[in-house]
Amino acid sequence: MLAEALFFSAVLFTIGVIGVLTRRNAIIIFMCVELMLNAVNLTFVAFSRAYGPSGQIFVFFSMTVAAAEAAVGLAIIISLFRHKQTVNLQHINILKG
Amino acid sequence: MQNTPLFYTFNFYLFGIIAIVSAIVFVTRKSPVAAALWLVNTMFSLAAMYVMLDAPFIGVIQVLVYAGAIMVVFLFVIMLLNLGHPSEIADIRNQRWRLIAGFVGLAMLAEIFVLTRANSVPDLTLARDAAANSVIESGAVGTVATSLFTTYLLPFEITSVLLLAAIVGAVMIGKQRSANAR
Repeated sequence: MLAEALFFSAVLFTIGVIGVLTRRNAIIIFMCVELMLNAVNLTFVAFSRAYGPSGQIFVFFSMTVAAAEAAVGLAIIISLFRHKQTVNLQHINILKG
Repeated sequence: MQNTPLFYTFNFYLFGIIAIVSAIVFVTRKSPVAAALWLVNTMFSLAAMYVMLDAPFIGVIQVLVYAGAIMVVFLFVIMLLNLGHPSEIADIRNQRWRLIAGFVGLAMLAEIFVLTRANSVPDLTLARDAAANSVIESGAVGTVATSLFTTYLLPFEITSVLLLAAIVGAVMIGKQRSANAR
């Protein structure tokens, strides 16, 4: 099942990349990043099946980091929304010269 | 335990296809609420795939942390910023969709019943590998816990500092400034 797991993981990661590139809503882009993290986790679990539980430990840590990242990222999105009243990334260009 | 590999393989493919289809639907939805719920579906399918790959503890954590906690925070923020369209949140699909949903539920239930009782051809059963053996030997949690609390103890402790920093950071960034502080 290793090859199939890698295939599924690659497809999910690609869908996440396409979502990041095509969507403009900041929250949806953020969810696409979470999908990409999940796709990589699937690879880790698939390899840990053959090479011992280290891969599962790494998935455990990556989930923790994802939870922290989601909390901070969503706080940033909320404060961005307070400033600009939108989460459309086309309208958030205050760094543009 | 002889007939589990067929069950595992079949369900692995099934949930893999469900995960990919839900992911495609997720990136094509206009409403953020619908997108978030389809992503929850993907996360659940991934949890099932983890169980089929002999990592049941990671599967449980996936449901608890990703589908349970992270996606609820996402939905909470979507609702807080009032991005979901009320008409799309509240709708109940018509008779046809309810029949399809009931049929899918019955089919999956029947599939589980059949596959857990089926005797597969011996040639089709795969050899149980390292992960499956360690799950049988030391249990689902023991597999992860043994190395988490010995080899990877320092990263585990550092994780708690990371979470504390994330909590403080999220509160500080998200905090509404009071009027007299300006």
